[in-house]
Amino acid sequence: MVSEQKPPIVNLTCFHCGDVCLSDSIHIDEKIFCCEGCKTVYEILNARDLCNYYELNVQPGKSQKSVFAKNKFEYLDDAELASRLLDFSDGKVSTVTFFIPQMHCSSCIWLLENLFNLNEHILQSRVNFIEKKLSLSFQTEALTLREVVELLASIGYEPFISFDDLEKKSKSETNKTLYYKMGIAGFGFGNIMLLSFPEYLAIDVSNTTLRTTFAYVILLLSLPLFFYCGSEYFISAIKGLRKKFVNIDVPISLGIFTLFAKSVYEVIANGNPGYMDSLAGLLFFLLLGKIFQNKTYDMLNFERNYKSFFPISVTLKKSGIEKIIPLSQLKVGDRFLVRNGELIPADSILFSGKGHIDYSFVTGESSPVDKNVGETVFAGGRQTGSAIELEVLKEISQSYLTQLWNNFQVKKNEHYTFSGAANLFSKYFTFAVLGVATLSFVYWMNSNTNTAVNAFVTVLIVACPCALALSTPFTLGNTLRIFGKNNFYIKNIQVLEDLGNVDTIVWDKTGTLTENSESEIELAEGNFSQKELSKIKALAGNSMHPLSKKIYYSINEPTQVAVDTFEEIPGKGIKGIIDGDEYAVGALHLSEKMGQETSSVDFLATPINSEVFIFINGEQEGKFRIKNKYRKETPGVILNLRKEYDSYLLSGDNNTEKEYLTTLFSSEEKLRFKQSPADKQKFIQKLQSERKNVLMLGDGLNDAGALSQSNVGVSLSEDILSFSPASDGILSAKVLEKIPVFLNFTKASIRIIYASFVISILYNLIGFYFAVQGLLSPLFSAILMPLSSISVVIFTTLTTTILAKRKGLL
Amino acid sequence: MSVVAVLILFSLLVAGGFLFAFMWAVKSGQYDDKYTPSVRMLFDDKNQVFSINKKTNTIKSRTNVEKHNAN
Repeated sequence: MVSEQKPPIVNLTCFHCGDVCLSDSIHIDEKIFCCEGCKTVYEILNARDLCNYYELNVQPGKSQKSVFAKNKFEYLDDAELASRLLDFSDGKVSTVTFFIPQMHCSSCIWLLENLFNLNEHILQSRVNFIEKKLSLSFQTEALTLREVVELLASIGYEPFISFDDLEKKSKSETNKTLYYKMGIAGFGFGNIMLLSFPEYLAIDVSNTTLRTTFAYVILLLSLPLFFYCGSEYFISAIKGLRKKFVNIDVPISLGIFTLFAKSVYEVIANGNPGYMDSLAGLLFFLLLGKIFQNKTYDMLNFERNYKSFFPISVTLKKSGIEKIIPLSQLKVGDRFLVRNGELIPADSILFSGKGHIDYSFVTGESSPVDKNVGETVFAGGRQTGSAIELEVLKEISQSYLTQLWNNFQVKKNEHYTFSGAANLFSKYFTFAVLGVATLSFVYWMNSNTNTAVNAFVTVLIVACPCALALSTPFTLGNTLRIFGKNNFYIKNIQVLEDLGNVDTIVWDKTGTLTENSESEIELAEGNFSQKELSKIKALAGNSMHPLSKKIYYSINEPTQVAVDTFEEIPGKGIKGIIDGDEYAVGALHLSEKMGQETSSVDFLATPINSEVFIFINGEQEGKFRIKNKYRKETPGVILNLRKEYDSYLLSGDNNTEKEYLTTLFSSEEKLRFKQSPADKQKFIQKLQSERKNVLMLGDGLNDAGALSQSNVGVSLSEDILSFSPASDGILSAKVLEKIPVFLNFTKASIRIIYASFVISILYNLIGFYFAVQGLLSPLFSAILMPLSSISVVIFTTLTTTILAKRKGLL
Repeated sequence: MSVVAVLILFSLLVAGGFLFAFMWAVKSGQYDDKYTPSVRMLFDDKNQVFSINKKTNTIKSRTNVEKHNAN
């Protein structure tokens, strides 16, 4: 994570990444860099004359402050593993596809597609920006996969390789089928219309053979339409009926089937094409609606499993020799290495080294937890600082994290396929249509059998709720897109319908209401002179501990003093002699005088305010306080939503900030502190048993259970591409303040759907009027049906767009 | 009137050709990425390999026009 630090004395920004530079010491010519990493990338690109990269966008790079370890990609040397990552290889040329989350602008595309200029053994590289994927082919004899990955990492585009990549999945095939179907339906629609023109214009064709030929050609064209394009409606309708549920596909299938059967009869008996043009138009519009609603965010993964964040392999340490083995072969009792920034895959005991474990992946809490030799380290933590050696305590499948995950996976039942206003409505609609059809049949039965059959059939045809079926996909599909433009990504349109029914909101605190990356450190006690402050800064500058770094950046003084006999005591703090005085920064028990133990940090609930003390010559002179900052939008959003929605807060932390939160949530009863992940899930269950529709907003893995339990679970994320637990939607933290608008807009969209139902029914009534009299001609139906569809599509898209503009979402 | 039948057959063939082209395009993945090509076409061709610094001026003037952020 790149965290923005406090501004230094002069505002200098890095030529490569745009981060604030602490000094201008790292530079080439006029160009200043924030770190050696950024400078190296510039040098590489400059040497190959690839500086167009910097011309396309200003400061396009990503910060290189966290440099990867030399042997981080050693596991790629394993031939078996490497071959599983490759898409294709013929021994000479290999093709591989990487997921590169750092990709963010046109400069990235340009550079990544010019990789062959950096290494002549890379033959071609191609970017898919939307999916953040790079596929490249390279000469296997001259270049190994590891070298390719290292080349990418050296210019700041380290690929994200995970466990999941080893199992190649075929995707987007269903999407393609939909395109094929639409293509065929469009083809059929156009040609059938063309061939129906003699019928439309009522041209008196004396040559009946020609007329019959036309009819049979139309019949031929409609066969793939009916059997291929329309098949999924029949399947869905039958599925629904089996479960004794009349979904929207039932009346649609009924309409399609009657249209087809009646028209086939017409072709064979009378040699005219019947209603085939209506059938083709109907299918074409329906498929168009399906494509429109199927908007997916390919770069996001809503089902993301914690496993996709595990490393592929670990460095095993056996009798002094390091060996890379696949993660699946790791056994209890094995000793392995975890380097800076690597994730711990299994519960283990710290064997050697200093552990500063960042559990933000699991808890959402950003301050690292210190671990000493002999202590237990839980899976899911990320080591920051120097490498540590661990001994596996439990198998991966038994570890705390895995259990946490498996226990909470709530299977959302299949109510999705049956929900939705259109489906609820369709039951009554279908029965009404069947009723009208039967009534008109009975009415005509006595006088004219022919008209009776005709009326029965045409009522079923004209009742086909095409417009009804289109209103939901077009309204909600458009809403989905509008939300996406505002950095609120929803899994699918069913989630939107659920979001419209929400009446209760449950918040997670850490990482959701508070900021994750920017926990601040402030001088809480003590008066120090500028000189003393600069000495403290110099001392902190000697340590790689994250807290020391925060202290270092929080002091705005120059550091021109040297530290003698610097010492870092793991888990306690740092000390050193500056100008003859002993300075120490750290936990209370660093100085023997105080002798008190600070309470050890709990795994899941780190206190929100931790303190770091400053000692000069053994005397406590002051302290720093680490404070998790509330997002600046938090109060506004909560106070706004409180009016309309029942709002609750669930926190894994202790209740130190109860007072402030009580003012936000109006009463103490709305707050729950010290909640374990299971408690959170149970709380949601309790609310649901009171018939509440719950929206849960959370961020960490500890919210995973609650998120999947709730009616709509939205995970909040600083960086939408980074980890988020399985959820129904991902909201960028930047747009937290817009949540009330999003909820409001969703409700309005649902109202728009109801309004378009009215329009669609009006068209149906007109159709009924003619149909019950047996007067519905194929021409009239060919005009009425597309007209109703088009007017519903225009109405829904226009109203949602206008509404979005009014609410400032577009 | 048989000329009409021939024409119909011909029109179906032409339309069928377009349908085939569409399906081919879908199959070959042209609809998989609808964004990147729009950016790619604005880049200069691969003239960078052995280009000298003099060139930067021309690149600069051209790229300023399309300076946009993909974010």
